[in-house]
Amino acid sequence: MSWLRFFRRRYWDNERRLELEAYIAAEIDDQIARGASPDDARRAAHRKLGNPTLIREEIYQMNTIGVLETLWQDVRYGFRLLRRNPTFAIVAILTLALGTGANAAIFQLVDAVRFRTLPVKDPQQLVALGINTNGKGRTGRFTGDRPTVTEPLLRAIRGHQQSFSQLLAWGSGYFDLSTSGESRIARGLWVSGDFFDTLGVRPAAGRLIAPADDRKGCSAPGVVLSHAFWQTQFHGDPSIVGRPILLDGHSFDVMGVSQRGFFGVDVGRTFDVAAPICAEPITRGALSAIDKRDAWFLGMLGRLREGWTSEQAEAQLRAVSPTVFRETLPQTYTAADTASYLAFTLTATSADTGVSSLRRTYETPMWVLLGVTGLVLLIACANLANLMLARATARSREVAIRLAIGASRSRIVRQMLCESLILAALGAVGGLLLAQWFSRILVAFISTGGSSRVFVDLAPGWRVFAFMVALTGLACVVFGLTPALRATRTNPGETMKAGARGSSDGREGVTLRRALVIVQVALSLVLVVGAVLLGRTLRNLMTMDPGFRTTGIVVASVDMRQAHVPVGRRAALVEQMVDQVRALPGVRSAAEAAFTPMSGSSWNDSIIVDAKVLGISNFNSVGPAYFRTLGTPFVDGRDFDAHDTVSAAQVAIVNDAFARKFLGGRRAVGQVFQIEGPSNVPRVNYQVIGVVKNTKYNDFREPLGPIAFLSLVQDPDRDARADIVLSSDTPIAGLSNGVTSALTAVERNIVVQYHTMDAQIRDSLVSERMMATLSGFFGGLAALIAAIGLYGVMSYIVARRKIEIGIRMALGADQGSVLRLVMREAAALLAAGVVLGAILSVLAARATSTLLYGLEPWDPATYWLGLFVMALVSLVATWLPARRAAHLPPTIALREE
Amino acid sequence: MPKRATPPMQGELLQGTLDLLVLRTLVLGPAHGHTIAHAIEHQSEEVLQVEHGSLYPALHRLEDRGWIASFWGTSENNRRARYYRLTPAGRRQLAEQTNRWDEIVRAINRILRPAQ
Repeated sequence: MSWLRFFRRRYWDNERRLELEAYIAAEIDDQIARGASPDDARRAAHRKLGNPTLIREEIYQMNTIGVLETLWQDVRYGFRLLRRNPTFAIVAILTLALGTGANAAIFQLVDAVRFRTLPVKDPQQLVALGINTNGKGRTGRFTGDRPTVTEPLLRAIRGHQQSFSQLLAWGSGYFDLSTSGESRIARGLWVSGDFFDTLGVRPAAGRLIAPADDRKGCSAPGVVLSHAFWQTQFHGDPSIVGRPILLDGHSFDVMGVSQRGFFGVDVGRTFDVAAPICAEPITRGALSAIDKRDAWFLGMLGRLREGWTSEQAEAQLRAVSPTVFRETLPQTYTAADTASYLAFTLTATSADTGVSSLRRTYETPMWVLLGVTGLVLLIACANLANLMLARATARSREVAIRLAIGASRSRIVRQMLCESLILAALGAVGGLLLAQWFSRILVAFISTGGSSRVFVDLAPGWRVFAFMVALTGLACVVFGLTPALRATRTNPGETMKAGARGSSDGREGVTLRRALVIVQVALSLVLVVGAVLLGRTLRNLMTMDPGFRTTGIVVASVDMRQAHVPVGRRAALVEQMVDQVRALPGVRSAAEAAFTPMSGSSWNDSIIVDAKVLGISNFNSVGPAYFRTLGTPFVDGRDFDAHDTVSAAQVAIVNDAFARKFLGGRRAVGQVFQIEGPSNVPRVNYQVIGVVKNTKYNDFREPLGPIAFLSLVQDPDRDARADIVLSSDTPIAGLSNGVTSALTAVERNIVVQYHTMDAQIRDSLVSERMMATLSGFFGGLAALIAAIGLYGVMSYIVARRKIEIGIRMALGADQGSVLRLVMREAAALLAAGVVLGAILSVLAARATSTLLYGLEPWDPATYWLGLFVMALVSLVATWLPARRAAHLPPTIALREE
Repeated sequence: MPKRATPPMQGELLQGTLDLLVLRTLVLGPAHGHTIAHAIEHQSEEVLQVEHGSLYPALHRLEDRGWIASFWGTSENNRRARYYRLTPAGRRQLAEQTNRWDEIVRAINRILRPAQ
């Protein structure tokens, strides 16, 4: 009722007006009937009723909801005030837009990666299947982004599970769209037949892969394009359906295009082409994972049956685990591998937000960044609070008058808060717009380019809005509430008396401002120290000697699959290619390798010496001159050479760490080790012929561990792919064409892809680089904002003490002593801020120490540097007001009194 | 002097009971504000002076609670006037409040005249 009246209160007011008029008329009639003159009657009637406006106001008050009514007044009043002082409004809104924008951008990313549910049918029913390996490793070959199960396991699980109405599997990979020369990579997805149906994805054109398309041994299956790939590669041409495309040199018919916005189930990745799992042997040939019990390459998601929970599903899966793993036990496993394999259990975890490899990598950095931007916002809010305090002081007479004529304190606080709220809301709108731009820059930052680029759907959802609303409210309270409370805690009489002498502000006001600056300095120091720590972490990683040359190294990845080179001929062919490349002008040295350091590929195995398993070592297979090309020096022994052929005794080169760990005590060269391989293959003796300096393998943060390099030439089952590493002073752009023609001259139907070693290293340090850059940026920003805050407060203090300074100077104080007076005041603030900041920094650094490398969270040099930065910034910020004070002509200062 | 200067005693008495009196007046049939005020004054033999300034807020309050309803009608002098009538809820309220009033009067009397 009341609500209805509230919205119709103007109508009701009019009704009452008419009613009161009717009353007056009736009363006049009455009076006239009793014999009064019309004029007397009118006067008497009005006298009897009293003031009609007052009555109407009383009724209006009953209809209105006081808070809303005054809120609206406050909003209008706030806008008027801000319009009168646009500079302040613009500065405040921009500050808030930047502060909230940075926060929202990072939260948007956190939301997209961590919280958002998959854009598919009923995502809350989806469950990700996994394997609990009891802390043991899985043995075998791993391919793709999420190698959870093998193809035989997939079939066994399908056969035994009862918890899911549908069960999908997918594996990721890459297709080469090129057939000769430089490669063009498309991101591929191997999907089970029910993949699209389970997820409820609809086709944008043609049809999608159905269970009937995923029949084992399928010979000419169709493929599905993603909407984005269809748009960029085929300009959304619907006639692509039914036409063939070449993937790794094999022709596939396009059967359809998937729904717009569908990126798969792995958040952070997307796909270009999806093919049924049964087609995997067509492109991967002998390396196919189908029917291989130790080839891990598929991820699995299930849709829970009606009424089932993921806990029930897990219990059911645990019950069938022994059967499932017994049925799929790889025959080639050693006794130890067999034991741990049979003890594996299947797990089920809720997957409404999909699965994501980004989560693991970026979750901690993102939360840390959110903390950093939160601090920046807090520092900015402290500045705004200082500005609001100054405004409140300027308006103290107005407030005093309003309090004196009966306004309640809460009413004035509410009105001032409303003003802050307007600023905060406008700032937040700006922030939300900025965030769209910021978060895209962030994603571009963590994208390592090429085929592994990150894909994140950044459409802001309700969580981002809720976050912004909360942030805005919080900011508003932080910078608006204290000044408003302060401004109203005045004695109206005093203020108005003091008003004649200009602004007045008790000691309390100055103390509050000082406290705000101390907090700003402290928080800025935290950010500066954080930035220095992360910057030095990056520098430590970048400048660390990885044991090989990082500049001028180009890696040409050669793919011979489309040339259909028989295994036996591959070694000779690659050797020929290396020779051709080595002969090119500008190429200093070239060598072949199975893969290169920092490329993401890895291989490890257990080492056996004297029939004892000693531990795990990393491995690689390389050709002659590999170490010369990468600039890794030999400590002992010799390189592979022409004598080390397939028929000769198997040889190996190991690094220093390997020699110390497994062959310690004696000279390593000449000793023999074995690899613990599958039980059905006889073990090969590898004789160590050389020892090289330690090098990094795949991760700059890992300590230098043992690595064994086998001879690629002696590898009996050569892969159809090989890396040719070359060292050259020519930049890659001027080199790749010459190399491509040299390689295709040897074999026409090969595809080449180029990387440089520094790009590979850069990509492996993306997270560190992002953290260092952003924290550096925000640290600088925080120091700048704090400096502005300090400048403001010092200017204010100087203005307040103008008279005192004038008297001092009149009594003979020189400029130097005034300068010192002001600087001493600033130094006290700085000191307090720095002490507080140092404590907070240590706490913050310890909490995030996993992000650091090569230095301790309490690294003294870093703290001194942060202190130095803050001192320098403070000096600059204080110098101007101090100088102004020192140059104050005493007469002017005194005349103002 | 205008009616605003009514003795405080009268005002106080009316403040709590005006609602009750308005409801009682409306039992006789729909009436507009002017009539209600006069009816109260007449029936109390001019002892109770309705402060017209508080009558309209009272009418508004009663209507807001759903005890009376209003409509536009034509007055005895052929003028448009806003008429009020008792709703069933108002009727119940009147009975309740009358009982309560009687109780209070009895209670006060017991204190004022303990002998009887």
